[in-house]
Amino acid sequence: MAEQNYITAFCKIENGLVNKDGQNLFTHVGDAGSLLVAAYQHFQLNYPKFHKMDRLSKLGWLAAEILLKGSFQKDRYQPEEISVILANASSSLDDDLKYYDSVAEAASPSLFVYTLPNIVIGEICIRNHFKGEQAFFIQGNFQSEFIEQQVAYLLANNCAKCCVCGWVEFLGKEYKAVLFLVENIKMENVPLFSAVNMDKIFNSTGK
Amino acid sequence: MTKVNVKDVFIVADNVYSPVGNTTALNFVRLKENSSGVKKHADTAMSPLPFYASLFGQDAGFKRDGQYTKFEQLLIRSMDDALNQSAIDPGDPKTILIISTTKGNISLLETEKNSPGFKDRVALSTSAQMVADHFKFIQTPIIISNACISGVLAILTGMRLLRAGVYENAVIAGADVISKFILSGFQSFQALSPGVCRPFDEGHDGLNLGEGAGTVILSTDKKYAGGLKVKGGSVSNDANHISGPSRTGQELASAIKNTLQDAGTAAADISFISAHGTGTVYNDEMEAKALAIAGLNNIPLNSLKGYYGHTLGAAGLIETIISAESLRRGLILGTPGFARAPDSYPVGASAAHKQADAINFLKTASGFGGCNAAVIIGK
Repeated sequence: MAEQNYITAFCKIENGLVNKDGQNLFTHVGDAGSLLVAAYQHFQLNYPKFHKMDRLSKLGWLAAEILLKGSFQKDRYQPEEISVILANASSSLDDDLKYYDSVAEAASPSLFVYTLPNIVIGEICIRNHFKGEQAFFIQGNFQSEFIEQQVAYLLANNCAKCCVCGWVEFLGKEYKAVLFLVENIKMENVPLFSAVNMDKIFNSTGK
Repeated sequence: MTKVNVKDVFIVADNVYSPVGNTTALNFVRLKENSSGVKKHADTAMSPLPFYASLFGQDAGFKRDGQYTKFEQLLIRSMDDALNQSAIDPGDPKTILIISTTKGNISLLETEKNSPGFKDRVALSTSAQMVADHFKFIQTPIIISNACISGVLAILTGMRLLRAGVYENAVIAGADVISKFILSGFQSFQALSPGVCRPFDEGHDGLNLGEGAGTVILSTDKKYAGGLKVKGGSVSNDANHISGPSRTGQELASAIKNTLQDAGTAAADISFISAHGTGTVYNDEMEAKALAIAGLNNIPLNSLKGYYGHTLGAAGLIETIISAESLRRGLILGTPGFARAPDSYPVGASAAHKQADAINFLKTASGFGGCNAAVIIGK
């Protein structure tokens, strides 16, 4: 019998709300792009590279910052033991459109590098010095059972001891990030890591 | 490392569909004759300056007249050949389809950006579902888009799903099409070689892009025992830079080390290495350092990029399938463009093919976002 894993933290950014572990931490009225900057300022983050990122990476990076802030004890793990498994629907199309607009004048290498969805994983790994397993999947909708299976495999087979997983989507005016920190640590009032519990958090309206 | 219920994962059938040839066997024969898909192209619609790449010609007959794009037609042609060689039923609930690509239908951005429904049409899940429906798969396909490790990661994802018993069979297909979008991006990075690429050679000066598709079908069904096995694999991240590789190669070395352990294979039992070997100074140097850390820098090594260019999301599949054919035929292919390695980081590359009683090979890949992947295939 495999050991149980738990969602030791989760963070959700959607509809102008930043929510961690079910608590609303920040509300913003304004468009998708201004939310990213407003949240960055509100949480007093200091990471100059943030301003160079495309919107998908900014969103994923912000969600990871808020997810990991506070209770996460990174020194419990080696960098190689921490994994990042993400998914979304529209890949990097938000930045692809911007990059291709630049081609007519002069193709921009700083936009081109973000025309891959897994760059957001790279940004999270650079920031947090995570060096473990990683994968980016494209799914029409969040496939919680698939993500659960992928993460459970890594944890059960010693490919990882801790995993940041979830959904990071950004296209035009639409955005949604839901990240889960999955660890093999039982804590009070912490949900079991399961597709059902991920779906509950993913679909909650978060007031 | 303890593993519960590890199942052997066998290769059932495969296909490489490239400008070099449209079956694995034909590709291998042409590579043996040192025939390359990389040619000089002067196409001002794609690039104001001439460039070297491995591209399909007009005679390949990819026309946007029906429902499928060139990207989808490539996947379908490659999968069709592989499925026809096997008795695997796509309609079996125990069969999963895994698609690997970096940019899929992005070329539609150049021609159909303002058409209604563009965003849905360009979505990778639309393409994957259309391809799945064409072959009557009943499971929703899995799509991997993880830069240049996509193909190797797709094989590992299939291997793990099969080992865990979630499915019995996996049809893993990858493709990418080279368009102005991709070409202009690599040009803006000044990553392209002005000629044919020379991986691991002291004169290496950039990569060539290439288009193509590869399909490999895996199964845990014992009736396929006797075929080659996908023995193990691992993925890592450099946590260093989004567009430049690790300075030390430590993270790729760590993925290689984990792969050897997962496969239960000693370094001495690796007969050859199919490297990523793009032909850029940064990539080749990092790979050479990683192989030295892993104690594998004296083992015969090749890069197939001089034959195919960098086929992006298809590269890990095409290069793994050709290397598997090398095991079956006992012939390790050479590295076109290679003459002499820099003194600072020697590797076991050679221009010439070499006959060998090869047992296992290691395939590596690295990509933007700092990702690395490795897999071992063997007898």
